[in-house]
Amino acid sequence: MMGSVVYAKTKALTDVEFHYCPGCTHGVIHKILGEVLVELDILGNAIGVIPVGCSALAYKYLNCDIHQAAHGRAPAVATGVKRVRPDNVVFTYQGDGDLASIGTAEIIHAAHRGEKITTIFVNNAIYGMTGGQMAPTTLVGQKSTTSPEGRNESVCGKPLKVSEMIATIDGARFVERVSVHSPAEIRKAKRAITKAFQYQLEGKGFSIVEILSTCPTNWGMKPVDALNWVKESLIPYFPLGNFRDDINGGVRK
Amino acid sequence: MKGNEAICEAAIRAGCRFFFGYPITPQNEIPEYMSKELPKVGGVFLQAESEVAAINMVYGASGAGGRVMTSSSSPGMSLKQEGISYIAGAELPCVIVNMMRGGPGLGSIQPSQADYFQATRGGGNGDYRHIVYAPASIQEMVDLTVEAFDKADIYRIPVLILGDGMLGQMMEAVTFKEIKKQDLPAKDWITDGTKEKREPNIINSLYLEPELLYAHNLKLEKKYNAIVDKEVRFEAVDLEEADVVCVAYGTTSRIVKNAIETLKKENIKVGLIRPITLWPFPEKAFDQINTNVKGILTVEMSMGQMIDDVKIASNGRWKTSFYGKSGGLVPTPAGVIDSIKKILGEEI
Repeated sequence: MMGSVVYAKTKALTDVEFHYCPGCTHGVIHKILGEVLVELDILGNAIGVIPVGCSALAYKYLNCDIHQAAHGRAPAVATGVKRVRPDNVVFTYQGDGDLASIGTAEIIHAAHRGEKITTIFVNNAIYGMTGGQMAPTTLVGQKSTTSPEGRNESVCGKPLKVSEMIATIDGARFVERVSVHSPAEIRKAKRAITKAFQYQLEGKGFSIVEILSTCPTNWGMKPVDALNWVKESLIPYFPLGNFRDDINGGVRK
Repeated sequence: MKGNEAICEAAIRAGCRFFFGYPITPQNEIPEYMSKELPKVGGVFLQAESEVAAINMVYGASGAGGRVMTSSSSPGMSLKQEGISYIAGAELPCVIVNMMRGGPGLGSIQPSQADYFQATRGGGNGDYRHIVYAPASIQEMVDLTVEAFDKADIYRIPVLILGDGMLGQMMEAVTFKEIKKQDLPAKDWITDGTKEKREPNIINSLYLEPELLYAHNLKLEKKYNAIVDKEVRFEAVDLEEADVVCVAYGTTSRIVKNAIETLKKENIKVGLIRPITLWPFPEKAFDQINTNVKGILTVEMSMGQMIDDVKIASNGRWKTSFYGKSGGLVPTPAGVIDSIKKILGEEI
């Protein structure tokens, strides 16, 4: 009896093996991003800009033209690309250290200009690549190699809520925070990424999807525990949902 | 035409269609001119949120195949160094203008040549070089700007036009010559979408494996050596007859020429080496100097930076000395003359 294919790896991913740690959800995010590029039939037209951080090597995994950017500068690089190639689909893929710390000026002003690009913002509340230092999104009390006693609010402030902040900027037309800690959430995340790219395809301005992601290695957790920690600790501080969807009813939160 | 405006007109005529910049004195006429004129030719002017963003927009625009330029002045150039290192590492063409002002720090807004180290040594990290043109007149600035875009494309390298506040702000007559179309290498490496018909093009300076980065550095070195062989430019005046040879570039070379004319009347023979490329530095010009020269005088609008390259090029063959002013003060012909006479007096 002949079998039928019910699932195949998306052609948006190359055959290079990921370097990501076991239980890290970057791989899932790469996969759904790739699937969206294929489903919207924009893979051949896509130009990605990737960051410094764990996903600095994503140019080996994503099967489209890529710029590897300096730390935090991906939105500026993407601006240059989009201004030269307005008919291409341009996206950035950035972590929390990259986007929410060293690159705050670049992301805010790309949104502010209404730059017709899409940002995939992977927030795992820690610096992964450099070995688990405190990020701007690290929770109060969360231990890291540079907050060994836990993040102290009186010294470091509270974690930065990027989606809420960007949703106040008029050039940002679609802002949503999603998670990938369960199959149901992964499906929602994929829907948000699809919408974000549709905004760009319709020339509607800046769109961003913040994705809560895991870092079992630097959180010091088993992969399953890390997924639970997203649900039980990250989401209460970083609530999921849409913060801006101008076509479908404007600012909701 | 004002220097800052002439450089823009030259760039647009040379096919520059993308400009990203941030305001800073004394080069504001550049973004202002570009904002007015680029849209008329279907180009894009964008005022970035910072010099850091501007140079990274250049990185993106160049990688996507645009003929692109940015400009700034000294403190702003410091901010661009990160991006320049990445652009050099990823081998992207672009033209960068620095209308130098006094430093360090916020310094002043007056003309200066105190960014020589930054321009020629690479203010960014890593083993990289880029071409540095040092025009001495607005006409030369126009001509070099046109050429800079082609050299950038030929070598896939950033080209820096190093002017100063004086060159940017002053007015001179200028002719825009007809631009000869160069046979430039095809840009088959740019990001414009694979159309799923070719392998992805990657704009990148990351090589985690040591052997690969070393191979990349060797490739860059080969390119830099070719530039040293082919692209050195300088003006040499009376090196065979001179008792003293001055070395000066840009605005300062004009002051030195003035002093040389005055000394001619006193039968004092002074030669001049005027580097037009600061990198590659015209070391071979020094081989034309006669052996009886009493000394080499480096004149700069700084506390003495190019003199390091003059010493390397002299290689102990002559005594070297320095005259310069900084902080927005300009070296005077009288000061040059005094320094030259001091060299001759010491020897007599």
